[in-house]
Amino acid sequence: MNIAGWKCCSALIAVLALTPLAAHAGKTLDLVRQQGRVACGVSTGLAGFSGVDSKGNWSGLDTDICRGIAAAVLGDPGKVKWLPLNSQQRFTALQAGEVDVLSRNTTWTLTRDASMGLHFTAITYYDGQGFMVPKQSKASSVKQLRNAEICVQSGTTTEKNLNDYFRAQGAKVRPVVFESFEASLKAFFSGRCQAYTTDVSSLVSIRDKEAPKPGDYVILPEVISKEPLGPAVRRGDDEWFAIVKWLVFALIEAEELGITQANADSLRSSPNPAVQRLLGSGDDSGRLLGLDREWALRAIKAVGNYGEIFERNLGSGSSLKLPRGSNALWTKGGLMYAPPVR
Amino acid sequence: MASRRSALTAIGRQFRPLLDGWGNALATLAILVTACVLLPGVFEWSILRADWQPDAERCRALLGTGACWGVIVEKYPLILFGRYPFDQHWRPALACGLLLAALWLAGSGRLRVRPALALLSGALLGFLALLHGGGFGLPIVDSQLWGGLPLTLLLATGGMAGALPLGILLALGRRSRLPLLRSCCAFYIELVRGVPMISVLFVAAFLFPLFLPDRAGGSALWRVLPAIVGFAAAYLAEVVRGGLQSVPAGQGDAAAALGLSRWQCLRHVILPQALRAALPALVNTFIGLFKDVSLVTVVSLYELTGALTLALSGDAQWRAFYLEGYLFIGLIYWLGCLALSNFGRRLERRLQYSSRDC
Repeated sequence: MNIAGWKCCSALIAVLALTPLAAHAGKTLDLVRQQGRVACGVSTGLAGFSGVDSKGNWSGLDTDICRGIAAAVLGDPGKVKWLPLNSQQRFTALQAGEVDVLSRNTTWTLTRDASMGLHFTAITYYDGQGFMVPKQSKASSVKQLRNAEICVQSGTTTEKNLNDYFRAQGAKVRPVVFESFEASLKAFFSGRCQAYTTDVSSLVSIRDKEAPKPGDYVILPEVISKEPLGPAVRRGDDEWFAIVKWLVFALIEAEELGITQANADSLRSSPNPAVQRLLGSGDDSGRLLGLDREWALRAIKAVGNYGEIFERNLGSGSSLKLPRGSNALWTKGGLMYAPPVR
Repeated sequence: MASRRSALTAIGRQFRPLLDGWGNALATLAILVTACVLLPGVFEWSILRADWQPDAERCRALLGTGACWGVIVEKYPLILFGRYPFDQHWRPALACGLLLAALWLAGSGRLRVRPALALLSGALLGFLALLHGGGFGLPIVDSQLWGGLPLTLLLATGGMAGALPLGILLALGRRSRLPLLRSCCAFYIELVRGVPMISVLFVAAFLFPLFLPDRAGGSALWRVLPAIVGFAAAYLAEVVRGGLQSVPAGQGDAAAALGLSRWQCLRHVILPQALRAALPALVNTFIGLFKDVSLVTVVSLYELTGALTLALSGDAQWRAFYLEGYLFIGLIYWLGCLALSNFGRRLERRLQYSSRDC
């Protein structure tokens, strides 16, 4: 596709982003209940986060969040309408009401939060931007990439971070920008660039699954940016915002309390008041959100706690085998911390 | 003996121009050398070292040296039918078969114009009914889930079917004697031709619903199809106008002298000649439109190329084998375009014969 076309697209999106939004008459929750499904915007495919398998089923961390929302709100994790979106159209689709939740490996930034007509709810994955180089280049640090040509995908925060980082170092860099993920990869592996940059969560799987010889490539130790990913909702509906936000918190809290998909039912009789509140056998935590008392129980039974979701899609239970790292609970040296469900 | 020699000289005559003179000989040599350099590599990659088993591990070992056609075997339902529910895949398969059979029959020249049009409209309706469901115990499938080949076919045939009459009207409007109508048509054509198709699709899919009351816009497909029709019509209008200009002014005068009304003159004298003259350019535009349909990927409609992205990019096991997938889709597009140009050629031949009649 030609560059002019995309430029025109970006200009359109910019116009759309600045267009004042029409107030929506019905609340999102009412609409979701009335239509019997949650419309969920996901990526067109990012291994571990969202993707269709050979049988046509959606799986991934981002899709599990939507399943959890559907289970909590509608009582059925299957009542999700999937809408795969590319990185250029994702915000427009949310603003236009095509989706109720944007759960699409999207980085939470000030600009997006303040000017795109949306609110980020909570963080479901702490990512960061890293670099991969061919082993023969002998580069062992990003600092050695001065003046190097670096392959990067457009329309993402990745491209901007790359320029920012090297500008801060007072160094020059030559980004080679590609519209699509696969084009940027093919270019890197065919020797077009001296380095490839994207989020660390993708680098490992790219090297292991797509490099002609995985041993020929190394991932540099530096992580140059913060990429907190999480679901976003449309502005102007605080109730729906709270539901999505607390659904994520409930899944994290469940891991902290040791509640799993398997033991959720039996733990309802636990003497721990925190467990009782989360599972609906104690104080009613759902009423204030406009839901019933077993909202979190249903979500946990549908998709498991945060740790289970992680391991199934990205960690030891997946083909990616990513370590928990920053995404471990705060009690285990990570950053995952949920305010108390109380 | 003599016959064999004459056969040999006949073959020789075929090849003679290839080596006739320095320039031709050098060009022939260059082409042969390029083929000898490229073809063995292509053959080795695509056939000799290729693997047909849907086994990701075996394919990984081949990465960079041989093709992994197994990715097609593994993912073909997703590539061909996109997000359509898996247990209902027989419906898009049957619908595509129905539409293609009708297109083939209508294009084969065995039917007259009216029965052919009736057959095509019937097939298109059956196609939509099968995909959408709702009757005969078929569950309704939201059009947002339609994808792959049926979506490509629907947008291409629907786009062409809608754009041709609209294009003819626009072309006639641009040549109208009424200044207002003339300038409106010219403005529309110049406006639409002046913007990229992607931005038209974007406006139809995402900007348009913002102007409508809450989610009244329906599925993006029913906004994108009219956008494609309107876009293609502007191009077709200019092609048709070229055809109209090729009809000598005397034809219209003669028709008027015979007492034909303006409409009869247009219908029986001017348009048949204009469309015949414009036929090669019309087929050209149709082929372009057929391929342009792949642009709807940017607005979340997953026709063939979009369905390929969906099928592969989220699956770490198979993500690496894009090239094979694109080649598969390329083959489908090539067959489609071949059929279109074949149809165009046949139509041209037929119209040349019938031109004696009028």
